[in-house]
Amino acid sequence: MELVSQHAKRIMEGCKERARDAGLTFPEQSLEYIVTNRDFLQLSPKNMIPTLYDYWVQDVEVLREQGQYELYPNNPYETVINTRPPISFYNDNNPDWLNVMIFYHVLGHIDFFHNNLFFRHTWEYDFAGKALADKRLIAKLRSEKGRWVDYVIEFARSIDNLVGYFDHLAALSTHGDRMSPLDYYFDVFLQDREKKSVAAYVAEIEHYNKLVRESPEGGEGHFIDSVRKKYAEFDSLYDKAVKERGKAARRDLLQFLMEHSPFLAREENRWMLTVIEVIRTTSLYFQPQIRTKILNEGWASYWHDHLFLLDDRIRGHEVEYAVVNAKVTSMPRVGLNPYALGMRLFEFLEEQADKGKLSFAYRRIADQYRRRTYDTASSQGKEFIFSVRENFCDAMFVSSFIDQEFVDRYRLFVVDRRLDKERMVWQYYVKSRKAADYKAMLTESLYHPPAITIVIDDDNALILNHVFEGKPLYRDYIDGALMGIEFLWGGKTCLYTHEPEPVKREAGKGGREEHPPQEISWRRVRYTMKDRKMTRVQV
Amino acid sequence: MTDQLHALYQTLKERGLTPEEESKIRYELDLQAVDGRHRHIEQPRRRSLYSYTDLELLHDASPPHLVALTTVQSLDYLLERDKQREKDGFPRKIRVGKMVKPSQEGDDKVVIVPTTVEEKLLHDQVRVGEEGEGGGEGGGEGGAGEGEEGEVIGEQPVRPEKGAGQGGAGQGDGSGHDIESNAYDLGRILTEQFELPNLKDKGKKRSLTKYTYDLTDKNRGFGQILDKKATLRRIIETNIALKRIKGEAEVDSRRLLIAPDDRVYRILSREKDYESQAVVFFVRDYSGSMGGKPTELVVNQHVLIYSWLIYQYKNQVITRFILHDTEAKEVKNFQTYYNLSVAGGTQVSSAYQLVNKIVEEESLDRDNNIYVFHGTDGDDWDTKGEKAIPELRKMLGYTSRIGVTIAENGYGMSGQTEVEKYLRRSGLLEEYAALLRLDVISRDTSEARLIKGIRELIS
Repeated sequence: MELVSQHAKRIMEGCKERARDAGLTFPEQSLEYIVTNRDFLQLSPKNMIPTLYDYWVQDVEVLREQGQYELYPNNPYETVINTRPPISFYNDNNPDWLNVMIFYHVLGHIDFFHNNLFFRHTWEYDFAGKALADKRLIAKLRSEKGRWVDYVIEFARSIDNLVGYFDHLAALSTHGDRMSPLDYYFDVFLQDREKKSVAAYVAEIEHYNKLVRESPEGGEGHFIDSVRKKYAEFDSLYDKAVKERGKAARRDLLQFLMEHSPFLAREENRWMLTVIEVIRTTSLYFQPQIRTKILNEGWASYWHDHLFLLDDRIRGHEVEYAVVNAKVTSMPRVGLNPYALGMRLFEFLEEQADKGKLSFAYRRIADQYRRRTYDTASSQGKEFIFSVRENFCDAMFVSSFIDQEFVDRYRLFVVDRRLDKERMVWQYYVKSRKAADYKAMLTESLYHPPAITIVIDDDNALILNHVFEGKPLYRDYIDGALMGIEFLWGGKTCLYTHEPEPVKREAGKGGREEHPPQEISWRRVRYTMKDRKMTRVQV
Repeated sequence: MTDQLHALYQTLKERGLTPEEESKIRYELDLQAVDGRHRHIEQPRRRSLYSYTDLELLHDASPPHLVALTTVQSLDYLLERDKQREKDGFPRKIRVGKMVKPSQEGDDKVVIVPTTVEEKLLHDQVRVGEEGEGGGEGGGEGGAGEGEEGEVIGEQPVRPEKGAGQGGAGQGDGSGHDIESNAYDLGRILTEQFELPNLKDKGKKRSLTKYTYDLTDKNRGFGQILDKKATLRRIIETNIALKRIKGEAEVDSRRLLIAPDDRVYRILSREKDYESQAVVFFVRDYSGSMGGKPTELVVNQHVLIYSWLIYQYKNQVITRFILHDTEAKEVKNFQTYYNLSVAGGTQVSSAYQLVNKIVEEESLDRDNNIYVFHGTDGDDWDTKGEKAIPELRKMLGYTSRIGVTIAENGYGMSGQTEVEKYLRRSGLLEEYAALLRLDVISRDTSEARLIKGIRELIS
């Protein structure tokens, strides 16, 4: 791989200027590599970030299981990588106009990486450099511990989707999650423990306010002192509450194992901690990419579309551009193209905001004519979509902005299929044009790892509780994943989850013809992994 | 056909059935009634939101995950590694992959695709109808454009014809890139890496397969290669006769005479090469109750057995495919064997009968080692095996091995299928322990278990 030519680089610098003028922000430096067609074929995660740690499974996954389970993204890598400076890839025989289009797209991504708050934890360091250090570390360990390094990588990776991504983000944006004594007193102690009446509660607040008014500096301290005098047990209760709260928030299984596993704490196993930490941070690094697919691609597509057409240097290529662009941003008849969907959402929101339609006043109007012609000429569209790109992730984006107007505007619908047995074809039909259904379908297809809470029971067994969200776990994988957890924990491991069970129809009635949707009931199930043997019982 | 089935059902009923047996038969009959051409149908794959990538859309390149094979290590290396894994106490992780690639022409390619999965705790969709048909699962997928609610906007054939390319329904390319290999290689891998046994005795049935040319014949006077040792021996004989070499006296090699005939040469000659050859009957139940998983398991196992035999017999294997419900029929290629499924009853005896008939008519047992592998879900309307057992006994007279795989379909109790019961009761398993084997697998069987099952069937 080599850097792009001076000629191409000059063009790209021109693109940067135009993008900056349009309001995008990104660092001065960026690296653009030329890759040949052949290299493109070989671009796998491992090759695109040449510094990513080696792991043999990356060489084997010739074909993952085709079908449903591929739905879980395995490849968050795109044509541009969120490193410092950002690296992007171009084909060696691209014409200039195509490179310009791709580069605008890339700039959209880079701007997104640098401004979206869900990437907050990736801003401080260069992933390529860190990955290189990790790679060397793992290579060194491998030379000492041999294949056991790979086992640890494997087992850590089997739970690397259970990292506490949001906890991690929250820790960056708030000043720790330690609750102050004052908060505890008013929010928990008085309400839950003392069960004060409203009047008494208000009286306490009055008391506090009075003290603070009297001495703005030491008022709070005086108040807490008075509380301590009144309730001798306050301090110990407060400490306990803080401790418990820290525990409850802990959803990061990898981190939990690193801190509490007796197996990993042994002297001879301490090297495993470093391996696990590498897996964990790598996973954390890529979490936002999976969670902002629609937004990120939509944002990049929005900008390549807008900037390309304004770029005076490439006049005359509009038709060729339109062909490529249509492929990227047209809504498929059946299917969900995140580029197309995201771009339309941004355009829709910009227009809505320009006309002041994102307001309570507009929502109150029921008259269709007035709705259509509503326009406050507020011209806040750009400002609004910039704030969306800064503050939203896919799930929020979908749940906040998909409404009937959007669905109708782009004539979206939910498709379902049924089998025509006479002709042996699948028929695709329009199932619903309601925004609520479309939103539900979209939400369903978003990345959503299970939430797991973790406790240690009296026998020192690790108890995982899969929080019920109306979805079962994929059963075939439970065995493998639990085996890995058991290995890292070094003892018995239990997993509680819910599994659906069909409500039995009358036997012999041949359950295969078309029926109303099957009813299901949920059962709680416990999987126990002990000595690498799994058992399943209903509880 | 339905009438015949009902007639059969009536006669069976008159002879007396337990309620359990009856309900099973009724179930299969109902399947027939519901849908005369009942088949197991795979849901078309849905394209995930996350499968759209810059590389594909902007650069027109393949999606990266399909082509990681460029970095793939050799299969042997991977399997070696996997074996080590087993020794370390973890289950194997490499699967030899999807193994049948049926082509329309009938030459059934076996494809070895080493795959693995990273097992994680993931959310699944609620699926209860089992691998059935009918309304799609979940909340459907996205779409855009014209069309009223309820309007059909497109169709996709259930089994796209080869070369038809992408269906109209935005479905990704399914096949991807495979490492193609032939059944012989798979057989070698199975034998070496999965430690399937080599055949101890390939049987005595031999057939002339080919001529080879080799320097094996000796000729005096002229030829291609001088056989020095033989020549020297001739020279000594000649000289003893001429009394130039005497008893204990020193031999002076310079004084020895060499007759023209003494030179012995090796000469190129035609050799007949005999090899053992085998005929394998793959017999499969394709009744309604076999739908889905049992069929897949049975067929997968049969592919593996086929590969193993190919390797053992150095490609001298002829395969015959037989499907049966209440009647048996021979189909001409693996494609049909793999795909066909009907709703109907089950009579194992019909298949055994057909095998016997074919062997008899074509006198296959004269020159061939005959193997019969039968896959079923264990249901049989002939619940006592009254017809099946005699046919089986007859078959045991000429075969080298009969392997019966029962893939339980999960309707009944485990270990309680009719076929298993009557086989065990008949005592044939003990009487012909060397010839008849039974393997019972559940519906959640892994590939490793399948291979282990083969070891049971063939060792």
